[in-house]
Amino acid sequence: MSRNLHLADIDPRLTRRGFLKGCVMAAAALGLSDEMVPHLVEAASSPQRPPVVWLHFQECTGCTEALLRASHPDIGRLILNLISLDYHETVMAAAGKQAEDVLDETIKKYDGKFICVVEGGIPTKDGGVYCKIGGRTAISILKDVAPRSAAIIAIGTCATFGGIQAASPNPTGAVGVRDIIHGKPIINISGCPPNPISFLGTVLNFLTFKRLPATDQLGRPLFAYGRKIHDQCERRAHFDEGRYAEHFGDDGHLEGYCLYKVGCKGPETFSNCPAVRFNDVEVWPVSAGHGCVGCTEPRFWDTMTPFYERLPNVKIPAGKGAVIGAESAGKKILGVTAAAIGIHAAVGIGKKLAKAKAAQKPEDIKKER
Amino acid sequence: MAQRITVDPITRIEGHLRIDAEVEGGVIKDAWSSGQMWRGIEVILQGRDPRDAWVFTQRICGVCTTVHAIASVRAVENALNLEIPLNAQYIRNLILAIHALHDHIVHFYVLSALDWVDVVSALKADPQKTASLAESLSDWPGNSPERFKAVQEKIRALVESGQLGPFANAYWGHPAMQLPPEANLMAVSHYLEALDYQRKADSAYAILGGKNPHIQNLSVGGVTTAINLNNETTLNMERLYWIKQLVEEVSGFVKKVYLPDVTAIGAFYKDWFKFGAGVTNYLAVPDMPLDTKAEHFDLPGGTILDGDLKTVKAFTNFKDPYFRDNVVECIKHSWYKGDWTRSPFEEDTLPQYTDFDLTGKYSWIKAPRFQGRPMQVGPLAQVLVGYALGHEPTKKYVDDTLSKVSSLAGAQIGPEVLHSTPGRHLARAIRAAVLCDLAIKHWGLLVDNINRGDVAIFNSPTFPRGEQRGFGFHEAPRGALSHWIIIQDGKIKNYQCVVPSTWNAGPRDERGNPGPYEASLVGNPVAVPEKPLELLRTVHSFDPCIACAIHVLDPDGGEMSKVKVL
Repeated sequence: MSRNLHLADIDPRLTRRGFLKGCVMAAAALGLSDEMVPHLVEAASSPQRPPVVWLHFQECTGCTEALLRASHPDIGRLILNLISLDYHETVMAAAGKQAEDVLDETIKKYDGKFICVVEGGIPTKDGGVYCKIGGRTAISILKDVAPRSAAIIAIGTCATFGGIQAASPNPTGAVGVRDIIHGKPIINISGCPPNPISFLGTVLNFLTFKRLPATDQLGRPLFAYGRKIHDQCERRAHFDEGRYAEHFGDDGHLEGYCLYKVGCKGPETFSNCPAVRFNDVEVWPVSAGHGCVGCTEPRFWDTMTPFYERLPNVKIPAGKGAVIGAESAGKKILGVTAAAIGIHAAVGIGKKLAKAKAAQKPEDIKKER
Repeated sequence: MAQRITVDPITRIEGHLRIDAEVEGGVIKDAWSSGQMWRGIEVILQGRDPRDAWVFTQRICGVCTTVHAIASVRAVENALNLEIPLNAQYIRNLILAIHALHDHIVHFYVLSALDWVDVVSALKADPQKTASLAESLSDWPGNSPERFKAVQEKIRALVESGQLGPFANAYWGHPAMQLPPEANLMAVSHYLEALDYQRKADSAYAILGGKNPHIQNLSVGGVTTAINLNNETTLNMERLYWIKQLVEEVSGFVKKVYLPDVTAIGAFYKDWFKFGAGVTNYLAVPDMPLDTKAEHFDLPGGTILDGDLKTVKAFTNFKDPYFRDNVVECIKHSWYKGDWTRSPFEEDTLPQYTDFDLTGKYSWIKAPRFQGRPMQVGPLAQVLVGYALGHEPTKKYVDDTLSKVSSLAGAQIGPEVLHSTPGRHLARAIRAAVLCDLAIKHWGLLVDNINRGDVAIFNSPTFPRGEQRGFGFHEAPRGALSHWIIIQDGKIKNYQCVVPSTWNAGPRDERGNPGPYEASLVGNPVAVPEKPLELLRTVHSFDPCIACAIHVLDPDGGEMSKVKVL
């Protein structure tokens, strides 16, 4: 039947086996048993594709670009077979009035049934004038569209926590979706940009079970944000044994030693990066010799900078070979132990963490694990 | 009767752009370009560590990922007079070249093709004839009747499902759509293949960058991609050959699908070579440095005035005063407090939104000028400057491509057609072909250098007390990008980006001279004002990036001024 033709039938390199493999990998990423694979396959091949409305606000389009790079499912299969991407400014053919008509029609036709994806922060200062689409402010569009959806997926650190534009002094009063919309299921896929597998796994979970996956207290799915980077890192043994890169390009760095001393924020960051990797070539920032910058965490632009200073209050092994586990700094108020490079480091990370802590609402504080 | 049309949002671009145009008798008489979002990233940079700036500025744009990162580390290195190791130069060059390949492929197929290609018309195509057409253009193995038939079935299933997704409510059947059904089917098939090949390009530079969008392997002073042939976690021969293989695959797609498609569409739409020239002053910056001081380059840069290739003047190195002393920005028509034209080093800008007024302020985008002139930047500027300076790879692909367009169109066509809407697409595809060859060349330079025993990747920066000023430029996929920084006692005092889409999408200046988008739309046809497909064609040919185009600086770090609430 031509109706059920998959891209696999078009492209000899995209076989049904490849499709099944994608579903198996998605199931594994979601922590599902093998019995669930047929359900994922069924959800991924049902004739009525769930409508998706994708809103762009204060963003750089990096999250959309991350999706373009996804391989299982790939973007072609995603938009032709899995979902009906009815409104997405970056890829839709229509523009101007024709585009806005599509938005109105989709919301009317699928009232309460469509998935709303939000990319970008929402400026709230000065009535929200800092971001307008079709003459309307981002905040008014969000308040109009989001309450009529079945569920909201905030993709990227901007839509989840306000992101880069919310970094101090937050000149536009940028916030995340959860700060504005209440009473709807909202899931946060943080990261700058997040790994597309974290987003797609969430979508497949929703398509299969009609509900969003389990989350931590920041609304992030546990299957992707349940563990610290530091606890999954392939360089952890070097940390435990006291082997560090002291500078980029030194002997330790060339041997692939731990990057904690050149600023890695892995001990403070919850994400699946070391496990799922990026771009189909088994890489992540640490494999490129650079520390993690903590991009999945709220306010990381303020709490994790300077990026090249060490995280304070992480116990490091006392001597070669003495293995002592890293102690989670959690979100405690910390003292500054940053090693200054040059004449630098006027504002230590500890001070910023303290400031961030003072500004936090209780529900934002991550549960100690 | 003149009609005013407003197209907002302009889709299939990065960011939030509004275009207003006055249409009379089916022709655009005047146009205004307006950026509709502001984030204040340069305000946020005040007082921070200059070594962190590149991580922040890279987030200006996720489509132009890598470009603000590269310009930023170059600006800080320029301020500190810091040379970087040769390996770092080559690794950055590889990243920028491969990223551009990804960007150009996505721009043509995902962001522009639907302006010229009628997806619904492809249902009427004969797959056999489609294969003959495709085979007449190149020997790409994907051009089989079986594949074209399967793609057609796929489109049919999509149309019959009633859920057109991103293809809904578009301009199918518009009178300006002129491709035969077979050309439409071929292009849709290549659209789907492009999605696979852009991903291969991403994979190639992710091996160096750790991930993308938003690479994480740069640092002021070099790169963090450790080179050690005897280690499994660093850049070794297995990794290096993986990069080469991916680049070769992408190169095959560029030369056998992308460039021939743009050539064919250019020939089918040859009447369009008269539209869209606009501003014919061009500016490109040199890139892909071949030495640690950045005095020799594999991509030339310079300026051309009034469309005359004989006026070409090159930029010669990363410190060239011809560039540094001639760039200014004007805010007469932009939503910032004041009315001035200044060097990026001297700007003090406060956002001040005052509603949309075409005679006053109407955009968040500023108007950059070079010696007082508006300049067009982008692949067309780079190709023309390269052609004028006798850059061999550019000359080869320009001459070859134009002779193919001529034979398909049945008319002699020379470089003068490049000053146009389809000309910008041709130039982008030509640049992609040049970059395929240069990426392989720089891969070889890197491997040869490693073979000589050089594994240096980083020179540690030190920040002296006092003030240092620096600028860094980079020829990004969308054109000449420059970052300008003032460092005071090791902290950022002042940061400004002059971005390709700012050059192109900016509003009028103090003399009333329109920016390149605005100028290029004048004379553009619009058959059906309610469905301004032709306007989209010309705007999209610039590859707009609006998140990039808008940014601001607040050197006092003081209160942002109040703006009028709508």
